[in-house]
Amino acid sequence: MTQRYVMSIDQGTTSTRCILFDQRARLVSVAQREQQQYFPQPGWVEQDAVEIWRNVDRIVPRALADAGISPDQVMALGIANQRETTVVWDRRTGTPVGRAIVWQDVRTEELVREFEGKPDAETVRDRCGLPLATYFAAPRLRWLLDNLPGLRDRAERGDVLFGTMETWLIWNLTGGVDGGEHVTDVTNASRTLLMNLATLAWDDELLSFFDIPKRMLPEIKPSTADFGRTKRVVPGLRIAAALGDQHAALFGQTCFARGETKCTYGTGSFLLMNTGRELVRSTHGLLTTIGYQLGGEPAVYALEGPIAVTGSLVQWIRDSLGLIGSAPEIETLARTVDDNGGCYIVPAFSGLFAPHWHSEARGIIVGLTSYITKGHLARAVLEATGWQTREVVDAMNADSGLTASTLRVDGGMTANHLLMQFIADVLDVPVMRPIVAETVSLGAAYAAGLGVGFWPDLEGLRRNWHLAARWLPQLEASRRDAEYANWQRAVELTFGWAQPRRPV
Amino acid sequence: MPGPVQAIERAAAILRLLARGSGRLGVGEIAASLDLAKGTAHGILRTLQGVGFVEQDAATGKYQLGAALLHLGTSYLDVNELRSRAINWADALAARSGEAVRIGTPLEGNVMVVHHVFRPDDTLQTLDVGTLLPLHATALGKVLLAYDADLAAETQRSDLPSLTRRTVVNAAALTRALAQVREQGWAGEAEEFMPGEAGIAAPIRSYGGLVVGAIGITGPADRLCDGGLRPRADLVTHVSNAARAVSRDLGASR
Repeated sequence: MTQRYVMSIDQGTTSTRCILFDQRARLVSVAQREQQQYFPQPGWVEQDAVEIWRNVDRIVPRALADAGISPDQVMALGIANQRETTVVWDRRTGTPVGRAIVWQDVRTEELVREFEGKPDAETVRDRCGLPLATYFAAPRLRWLLDNLPGLRDRAERGDVLFGTMETWLIWNLTGGVDGGEHVTDVTNASRTLLMNLATLAWDDELLSFFDIPKRMLPEIKPSTADFGRTKRVVPGLRIAAALGDQHAALFGQTCFARGETKCTYGTGSFLLMNTGRELVRSTHGLLTTIGYQLGGEPAVYALEGPIAVTGSLVQWIRDSLGLIGSAPEIETLARTVDDNGGCYIVPAFSGLFAPHWHSEARGIIVGLTSYITKGHLARAVLEATGWQTREVVDAMNADSGLTASTLRVDGGMTANHLLMQFIADVLDVPVMRPIVAETVSLGAAYAAGLGVGFWPDLEGLRRNWHLAARWLPQLEASRRDAEYANWQRAVELTFGWAQPRRPV
Repeated sequence: MPGPVQAIERAAAILRLLARGSGRLGVGEIAASLDLAKGTAHGILRTLQGVGFVEQDAATGKYQLGAALLHLGTSYLDVNELRSRAINWADALAARSGEAVRIGTPLEGNVMVVHHVFRPDDTLQTLDVGTLLPLHATALGKVLLAYDADLAAETQRSDLPSLTRRTVVNAAALTRALAQVREQGWAGEAEEFMPGEAGIAAPIRSYGGLVVGAIGITGPADRLCDGGLRPRADLVTHVSNAARAVSRDLGASR
């Protein structure tokens, strides 16, 4: 019998990768291409959606060729994507109206402040589960409508389409200008500020609150659904799933039961807890979001603590300060010293996300003395990820009433042993890495494979989860508490830094 | 005897040129200085860039000597970088073989474990990254010895401690074993480190075939070996494939 496989495309913040998995969820081949990031102004982060599409065009055939697999052996394609990144394009030419505005971009800060001042601002969170923040897609879309001449008219006429990256890729894969499907899934839609969490549909009140023309929005589908067949790149592939990357990771970690929690360490880091069919409203600075929705079933909800800057702080140390040549060398540099030397870095580059939600916060390095070396800075970089995790876990425990007894981790930074040990130390719980660290891709593959019957059920998927590494807490409590107190003082120093720009 | 390789002579000339003066030159300037066609100079520069011997300034497009040249004698590939690049393939090897996976590099006459993936059976296991293993008595170690003549000579000059009754403690016997490793492209070890345990390992190569580490599995001898304590062929294939996949990611040709 011919071997059969499932393909996933993970369109991430720094790169796009295509991975093929076999039926036992083992990785068969990987093809990857990074995309360029543009920082045209402080706080602005952009990407070229056309470049991302071209990367997909290259890596999909390469992943097949590397594994020696023909397209008809691929049972389904699942797509996971960086969330909240906003692109608007012309439906007749397929050309974006500008660069995609990335989720880390904070240009909408003033706009968000205006929204906060509106009388019905309170109802936004009730309807969509999210606080008003620059992080989400709707303010970006509104910014484009306000700032690109003529765009609003084109949107009202139905000439331009809005999407996050999965919508852009599916539209292109399924034909683009030639009948491409304009669709999204509930998890991605739940990150726009425009979808009603209870009805899983675009909410007319929210659309009018943000003043967004409904015509430009994609159709919302469950996470596993018929998203169409590819007509380009490699024609004939069945697109059977789409999820936001963090939701895909929750799925890939097989967190199918209420209370199961994972944290994915990448550019940013994202802690999600499955809350089952129950829509839990956070009182501790977390987001209520859709975990996933299987076709024909009710949605599974989740609580999420997003941390904006973790791996990207390492990239900043590499690219902007040049202290290291490659990201993994941060561990080598950090190991040249035994502790942080009293130095703390709070990377509030895009403000602070969960649980603080201070858009105006900006990053700081504190505790500098002439004793501090680049080794101490490297320690402080890694510790920033650990403490930010701690803050979110504390909020999660308070909101859910459950106490996480272990933390399941995944993502590129899990290769960093010093960091994983530090996280175990500051949380005081074991940290567990599963045998497939690429859980975003795996989750997209799982969802797609489940959708077409390649895998029978959730229990079958659960049996594929195996422990690859475990870090046990070693730090004494007094030291942990003292360090946490220092961190919290450092965080407070970041608040209130950015001021509204004065008109020139 | 074949004559000198012209491309290597030209590459050497480019490095000498970049090593003097301002140290930053454009491709046109380099081509003009050496009387080369611009395309030829560009091809050589791209290759040198690939191995880290030259770097290109993103803003000006000019070339300069690369950081890798400064570290020619010291550790060539950062071990954390190696782990990061190998992690997916090490996971896949553990999933395929059902055994624990380790990656090792040489450190002060030992194998240092730089990466460890648990045996995927969810039993209690402890991470042993940072642990030192003997070179002569492990499959990982034999791979590192087989492709590093200096390391092998040094190891054979020192005592080869006997860890089990099967440990290779005789220098000549070790030499023969290492020749066999090179011939077959992988190393096996059966009850030479611990009674009842066996290992299979293969080399991780970087640009030009340089061995930068070893990846392998360990487990009970009765699972890894056939009746005659010979490593099972299917497991050898899994290990070799994983080693090749990591090597490809590190820039080794197929």
